[in-house]
Amino acid sequence: MINPDSTVSLVIEREMPHPPEKIWRALTQGALIEEWLMKNDFQPVVGNAFHFRSTPVPNWDGVIDCEVLVVEPNSRLSYSWGTMGMKSVVAWTLTPTEAGTHVRMEHSGFRSEQDASYRGASYGWQKFIGNLERVVGGLD
Amino acid sequence: MQAVADNLFRALADPTRRAIFEHLSRDGEQTVHALTDRAGVSQPAVSKHLGVLKHAKLVRDRRAGRETHYRAEPQALAPLVDWMSVYGAFWRERFDHLESLLKRMDQ
Repeated sequence: MINPDSTVSLVIEREMPHPPEKIWRALTQGALIEEWLMKNDFQPVVGNAFHFRSTPVPNWDGVIDCEVLVVEPNSRLSYSWGTMGMKSVVAWTLTPTEAGTHVRMEHSGFRSEQDASYRGASYGWQKFIGNLERVVGGLD
Repeated sequence: MQAVADNLFRALADPTRRAIFEHLSRDGEQTVHALTDRAGVSQPAVSKHLGVLKHAKLVRDRRAGRETHYRAEPQALAPLVDWMSVYGAFWRERFDHLESLLKRMDQ
């Protein structure tokens, strides 16, 4: 996926037979987050810094440095995701459907303030990343 | 492997370097002078950016007379594909865990 703010992003979307309110709890309550994602000290407060902690492996301490960017209860949640010298952004969007909730997660890499100045001249790069995405798409 | 990916991400995090890499990918081999004319920054700055790109193996240089020519090495982007596929597998697995947690949770 290409969008103007970031160069590469990974999108996963699923329909889940649960109401948005319930999924929101799983995304925002620390003990519940730990059950499906990682140990954390998350608080759903914009601007709060927090960490995800995973089992350390060689060359990685298992720590992900995060900051809460967006909290719109039952609808949108976003946090930065910094690890191994690379900053990225994770954004969740919950949309109610007849059968439950459409859950969309976008993990964008290379997002940075500098990108704004780069938008004008990125055709070749976007084409390149577009090709790369087809490669990635074929890896599943 | 991780060090290679780190170099790659750092190299591509800078918009001027991405623009230089993009020019080389699109237009083929070019001299430092030609790149400087288009980059909008000084020749020493372009050379420094090229050094970072070279360190990440994104470009290769060739001296010819008094000029150094650079060309893109797009296969160096492979770790980026790995990053995408690693995170793709990571998040799909976490989605499975999330769904199994939701089944166990009260309404």
